[in-house]
Amino acid sequence: MVAIEGLGRLLAEHPFFTDMQPDTREIVVGCCANAHYRPGEFLFKEGGKADHFYLIRQGTVGVEVHVPGRPGVVVETIGEGDIIGWSWLVPPYTWSFDARAMDQVRAITIDGACLRTKLEANHELGYELYKRFIPIMGRRIAEARLRIVELTTEPSRD
Amino acid sequence: MDGALLPRPAPADDPMVPRTFRIERRVAEVDGCFTLTLKATDGRPFAFQPGQFNMLYVFGVGEVAISVSGDCRDLNTLTHTIREVGTVTRAMARLRPGDVIGVRGPFGRPWPIEEAYGNDILFVTGTVGLAPLRPLIFEVLNRREHFGKVVICYGSRGTHDILYEKQLHQWRGRFDLQVHVTVHSAPSGYRGRVGSVANLVKIARFDPEHTTAYVCRSETMTRPAVQALHDRGITSDRIYVTLERNMKCGVGFCGHCQMGPSFMCKDGPVYRYDTIEDIFTVREL
Repeated sequence: MVAIEGLGRLLAEHPFFTDMQPDTREIVVGCCANAHYRPGEFLFKEGGKADHFYLIRQGTVGVEVHVPGRPGVVVETIGEGDIIGWSWLVPPYTWSFDARAMDQVRAITIDGACLRTKLEANHELGYELYKRFIPIMGRRIAEARLRIVELTTEPSRD
Repeated sequence: MDGALLPRPAPADDPMVPRTFRIERRVAEVDGCFTLTLKATDGRPFAFQPGQFNMLYVFGVGEVAISVSGDCRDLNTLTHTIREVGTVTRAMARLRPGDVIGVRGPFGRPWPIEEAYGNDILFVTGTVGLAPLRPLIFEVLNRREHFGKVVICYGSRGTHDILYEKQLHQWRGRFDLQVHVTVHSAPSGYRGRVGSVANLVKIARFDPEHTTAYVCRSETMTRPAVQALHDRGITSDRIYVTLERNMKCGVGFCGHCQMGPSFMCKDGPVYRYDTIEDIFTVREL
């Protein structure tokens, strides 16, 4: 119980959940766990089952693309106060990228399978979560598009 | 070129006649970019203000507008960082120390400095955009006591495309300067940030109500940069941007660089954002 109370507090402190009604947030707490990743450790790998998402409390996570026969390519870094992972929301629930801790990472992991069940039963919770996820997804897609523009208009080493 | 054959020094008051400068040093920067250090052949000093540009003339090839990227307190050295993009700049890339080029200028409105006294300072730039901002950064650091926090947000394509990398390292080592660098992609194991410059604006520490921001990016990338600044609460009247058009004469005669009522060569290239906000996204301009 002490651990659950602690997680509830940590969840409330994270920007993703901070403005959610406490009773709605409380429903999520049951799907949460505390996690710690050492530098270089994978949070998840491309093609793996996407059954969690992650609230980063401390440290930096690199989103990587695996390149056969060569070192992976980091395409984005996610830091403190941000979230990583939305593949748990979208069938077939598999990761599209690797995510690896770039330094000591402390995170709250949220069990997507557990949460999906709750979202089906509680649409208000679903709305509250999607309301938070969709702007982040939109922002990251927009940023990715702008980076493509920049890559085509700025000088290249290649 | 033989010194005896050099054109006579231009009268200081004739903006259409180039002065001749000899290349003292050429430094290869990131691929496609190089820096020329120039000395006036007539030995006279060259004064400019941060943000101003010169028309650099490769004899027999043509002229191109390039911002000054050196220290405005060094009146005897003129520094330009140039990106190879066209006929003139490619010809310029082939020049070596000892060669002579023509210089007209300085032209354009500079970055304002005194207006930002008492404020935090935020520089937002990417790739070669750091070059036109560097004289301003030098000057802000020269007058460091007049400002609060000073933050540089810089983005580049990859880990090998960071312009003035040594300089950024030096600046990052100062206790009175925040330097945030991001790249578009990096090899696995890279310990720095990967992502957009706009994300750097989000994490930078400054007081939004008392911050002046200077943005030097391509026009396309200026829009999201300004949006990120607005999101942090910096109003348009405290944001300065720089614009570029095809500048030719440098003195507002030819109209090549006209945008609406403004001639960028003399009314710009630096603008306070609220003064151009209405026409900035008008495509026909």
